[in-house]
Amino acid sequence: MAKILIDKKEIEAKEGANLLQVCLKNGFYIPNLCHLEGMDSPPASCRLCFVEIEEEDGPVTSCSVTVRAGLKVTTDTPPVRRLQRSALKLLLSAHDVDCARCPANKKCGLQTIARFLKVGLKPKQLEQLRKETEGMEDHPFLRYDPNRCVLCGRCLQVCHGKQGQPFLTFAKRGFDTVIASYGEKDLSNTTYQEFTACAQACPVAALGPKND
Amino acid sequence: MTPEKNKNLDQMFTAIQEKAARHADSITEDPAPKIYIGMATCGLASGALETKKAFEEALSLRNIQARILQVGCMGHCYGEPLVTVHNPGFPPILYHQVTPGKATMLVKSFLEEGDPLFEYLLGAMEENDLIPQVWDFARFSQEKRVVTEICGFINPEEILDYIAMGGYSSLAETLRLEPHDIINQVKNSGLRGRGGAGFPTGKKWELAKDARGQEKTVILNADEGDPGAYMDRTILESNPHQVLEGIAICAYAVGARKAILYVRSEYPLAVKVVTRAIEQAKELGLLGKGILGTSFDLDISVFQGSGAFVCGEETALIQSIEGQRGMPQLRPPYPVQKGLWGNPTVINNVKTFASVPPILKHGEFWYRQIGTEGSTGTAIFSVVGDILHAGLVEIPMGVPLRTLIFDICGGIPNKRTFKAVQVGGPSGGCLPADFLDTPIDFDSLTEAGAMMGSGGMVVMDEDTCMVDVARYFLDFTQKESCGKCTFCRIGTRHLLNLLERITKGEGREGDLELLEDLSQDIRDGSLCGLGKTAPNPVLTSLKYFRDEYVAHVKEKRCPAGVCRALTAYYIDLEKCARGCDACVGSCPVEAIFTTKNRKKGIDQTLCVKCGECVTACPAEYDAVRKVSPPERAPIVERPADISD
Ligand SMILES: Cc1cc2nc3c(=O)[nH]c(=O)nc-3n(C[C@H](O)[C@H](O)[C@H](O)COP(=O)(O)O)c2cc1C
Ligand code: SF4
Ligand code: FES
Repeated sequence: MAKILIDKKEIEAKEGANLLQVCLKNGFYIPNLCHLEGMDSPPASCRLCFVEIEEEDGPVTSCSVTVRAGLKVTTDTPPVRRLQRSALKLLLSAHDVDCARCPANKKCGLQTIARFLKVGLKPKQLEQLRKETEGMEDHPFLRYDPNRCVLCGRCLQVCHGKQGQPFLTFAKRGFDTVIASYGEKDLSNTTYQEFTACAQACPVAALGPKND
Repeated sequence: MTPEKNKNLDQMFTAIQEKAARHADSITEDPAPKIYIGMATCGLASGALETKKAFEEALSLRNIQARILQVGCMGHCYGEPLVTVHNPGFPPILYHQVTPGKATMLVKSFLEEGDPLFEYLLGAMEENDLIPQVWDFARFSQEKRVVTEICGFINPEEILDYIAMGGYSSLAETLRLEPHDIINQVKNSGLRGRGGAGFPTGKKWELAKDARGQEKTVILNADEGDPGAYMDRTILESNPHQVLEGIAICAYAVGARKAILYVRSEYPLAVKVVTRAIEQAKELGLLGKGILGTSFDLDISVFQGSGAFVCGEETALIQSIEGQRGMPQLRPPYPVQKGLWGNPTVINNVKTFASVPPILKHGEFWYRQIGTEGSTGTAIFSVVGDILHAGLVEIPMGVPLRTLIFDICGGIPNKRTFKAVQVGGPSGGCLPADFLDTPIDFDSLTEAGAMMGSGGMVVMDEDTCMVDVARYFLDFTQKESCGKCTFCRIGTRHLLNLLERITKGEGREGDLELLEDLSQDIRDGSLCGLGKTAPNPVLTSLKYFRDEYVAHVKEKRCPAGVCRALTAYYIDLEKCARGCDACVGSCPVEAIFTTKNRKKGIDQTLCVKCGECVTACPAEYDAVRKVSPPERAPIVERPADISD
């Protein structure tokens, strides 16, 4: 066990444990979207879970830090909040905010984080961006909305984990990046059961059963 | 290594060197004239193949015996196709822009009649009394060639050419030493990685050597995706063996038995040349199993990358080799700890590996003398844009930008003045004239807000709009972003949209502040180097050319007259010649009309601002004007259609 300080409070944690997990377990909420408990190489892609660590330059993503004795962590410095708010606003600027009609309403990852960071769901400074692409229309079971997706990659993570061979992948580049069916895989003898994990992992209901 | 083994090695290498010497002698002792043609991609693009054909035809027509030899690129891309003619009785002479016509003339006048055609030559390659030497020109004398020393002088597809010039002797020497001796030499030389970040190479190798892992791998990074940068391609095409030798030395030093050359598939010639080079080196026992009779094996192969810019980032590159989508991964772990297939992996740039053989050959102290304390050795740039002598330049680190641009590369053409230089490609910054005295080295460039990058340099003259330049680079990075992390994927798109709006004259109050804030967040918040550096062109141009942004936003004016939406063309009626119709036909949209007194006017509602009429207007009238904002164009009434 290693002793560390989180916001000046002494915490005991396992040496080598994931700092984001340790913070969350001990009641220090840190916004996060792309992390899943137990993953061995975090993607660190949502860029929300910033904290500051003494003797390191500027904010770092806590999901990519492993615990070592003597770590001094601050979760709410102005630079941390600035980056978190900025990342959230960017995500919201590319997200169809239409909560009333969204299956994720009230359990949505973005709503939780926005409330915590005190950011309105429709930030004014940034113009709204939309992807032209449709996603996975010909998929037998899944419905995918690229303008809801926050590209956290959780669906891919669980997909990898359960079936070995992934059914889903990232496709395209830049702003147009989306989640797509992997290759030309024949999906005719799959069942929705095999995709429930993916759909359930989605924090914003961008992915779901077709009739949802 | 035992002395017995060394003896074996010495014997084998001496035999190879003797073979190479015989090969070289057979060329030098051949009394026939020799014609060396630069046939790297730049030469081929300028018509080197046609030139070669013209030489062959002229030679056979006149029944002259001469030897045509294919060489790589000397870096003087402005002068391609470049040809060196060595006619016995004359020094070797370098000719530039040798078209098929000039080739035919050279055979007739020079080879047949002994007149070296002074009007076509660039200079002599050896001291003589007749012809000025190229070494007296700044482009030649102020360069310091370490990596590109023999590029353009040897046949890249003939390993014996390289060996005859001393090639592979560093590898032979390496095999006599212990790995840590090699690493110490590289460390002491001060060599820093030439792929962008400038990480100390010796230290990287030491980390890899000490890392625990089964199958260590060495990877050559030849992804080179910066727009306008082509140093790595040229080196691979012109002297592949120097790179291979560096890779083999590295593998020996870190204990790797496997090496992969990651070359972008858009470089077919480089792939071909390198593949052939590997075969030749294997045949001679310089690569492959039991190198030079020792127990050192190196399995070396070429991997063709998909040509994504982001695949040049080392972790994305590894993903790409593993068959995954090339997306950067979180570091640490660094590739030297956990790289390809989880094994310790050294990744270095082409120029980094190519620097190693000369370092071991001439010694670490020799290398330290070149360049500056913190950045030893040479820097290689491809200098492009508004520059007289574009091409590849190798200079000692520490040379000021001014010397490189104005002395070595001849300055700005067409009587224009210098406006800015973009160093470091899309990740770099735009520096204004005040920074021309900045020394070119890793730390000074970073301090100025640019970066060494992998060696792209774009020179821009007064006719460049800096907002448009920033837009161009952001368009590139946004398209090349891997899409994984929030800041890079969405943030760069906002930057691009803002810049597009501003260049269209739709900029608003607060846009510049938003650009700045977003840029800082993207820089501080992105996952990999692509996102972290993508805002640099915006941040530097905003810092050094803010008034230009302000003019776009507040006055809807483009000071350089580049942004189409903010400019207009009109015809100066004082200068326009009565009855002249030169411009009328050039206009693709029939926007030009005839005024009452038979001069010309432009219908602004039709004009698409292509500028064709500027070119069409005869120089003696020079009547077409361009203004910004467009309202400054005087209104010329189109007469009611009475003529027809
Ligand atoms: C977006 C991006 C693109 C890169 N492209 C290249 C490249 O084309 N060639 C290269 O050698 N290094 C490139 N790098 C740097 C590599 O990640 C790595 O640092 C380099 O290959 C290490 O070699 P060096 O130590 O010899 O410089 C790139 C980095 C980033 C972030
Ligand atoms: S579909 Fe959902 S889970 Fe998958 S990346 Fe998008 S937001 Fe994340
Ligand atoms: S949870 Fe750490 S970056 Fe997404």
